[in-house]
Amino acid sequence: MPDSSRRQRLRKLVEEIAGKPAPKDDQESLFESGLLDSFALPDLVSAIEKEFSLKVPDSDLNPRKFDSIARMDAYLADHA
Amino acid sequence: MAAYLQAFGAYLPERVVGNAELAERVGRDSEWIESVSGIHERRWAAPETTVADMGFAAAEDCLRKSGVAAGTLGMLIVASGSGARGFPGPAAEVAARLGLDATPAIDLPIASAGSLFGLALAMRLAGTQGDILVVAAEKMSALIENDPNTAILFGDGAGAALVTARPGRWRMLDSVLHTDGQYREALAFDGTGPLRMNGLTVILQAARKIPSSITEVLKRQNISAQQVAIFLLHQANLNLLTRVAKSLGVGPEKVFANVQRYGNTSSASMLIAASEWSETNPQPGPVVFSAFGAGFHWGAIVALSEEAADSGL
Repeated sequence: MPDSSRRQRLRKLVEEIAGKPAPKDDQESLFESGLLDSFALPDLVSAIEKEFSLKVPDSDLNPRKFDSIARMDAYLADHA
Repeated sequence: MAAYLQAFGAYLPERVVGNAELAERVGRDSEWIESVSGIHERRWAAPETTVADMGFAAAEDCLRKSGVAAGTLGMLIVASGSGARGFPGPAAEVAARLGLDATPAIDLPIASAGSLFGLALAMRLAGTQGDILVVAAEKMSALIENDPNTAILFGDGAGAALVTARPGRWRMLDSVLHTDGQYREALAFDGTGPLRMNGLTVILQAARKIPSSITEVLKRQNISAQQVAIFLLHQANLNLLTRVAKSLGVGPEKVFANVQRYGNTSSASMLIAASEWSETNPQPGPVVFSAFGAGFHWGAIVALSEEAADSGL
């Protein structure tokens, strides 16, 4: 289930790392839109681990899981 | 039985390819190339130059610096992911050109982590085989076309290292090697056409696995990252090297970098870096090698300089 509070926290993390506003549409790809590049992705995963107090295992380090705020939210719904 | 690194060698083609030359080809500007890669320029071999040509040149450089005659080698290991043909790989030609007609010569066609795997194998085999020359040579310019995500990154070159059971400048203490084949399509070359790379997956995995393998091998030897004199890593991308330093909690000056001048020369890069670093009168202490690449294959090796070993570190 989408969690609006969790999505707000994710949006804040994305904006801190990108230094720019996140897209209004939670489904929009953060990488295809050019907001984040490949080197921002490890930072984003580390920030999520810290913010939500979890460890993302190497086997879950698939860029598709972190491609949009909605996908990150779905991952956290399953794992947090 | 202990193994030692005696010397390193390198070869780089003369032709320098700057970002301005590539910018038009890939449809981006020089500033973009530098910002995403940290690379100013790279070397490209002449069309007629082969992987074996470059590997032989680096091998000769290493043997000259170590004062060892090729005829005394007990084994040759040649890493390359860009050899001109399927088989035989470049090891046979490099061996023949060194004048070896019965010495085992092994190919490691595993691209970026090839020289690390070669060093780790040599470390284990030197006690039985005698002196082992590890060579890594790549002609990456032959594997790229006009994709801005790959064409800007790669360069050509070769490196070499001599591993022996006789005491030498750096005692090899330990190594860790890993492979996770579920990512084999994330970075691949199929023999024809340009190499394929999923940059997001490669960077995400490399940024985690390089520091973790270094931490793994250092922990086994009870050495902290802060005690390490230098980290000699596969020169994939300057941004990645900086990130690895941050993850390990060391300053960026502890991670040797020449990717700015040579680009990513795949398996050759770590040994080219080691060769340049070894000529700078390096500070005594633990030395860490680490690489990550296609497969994915990755790992780390820790060695200790003779001076540091004598002082009881």
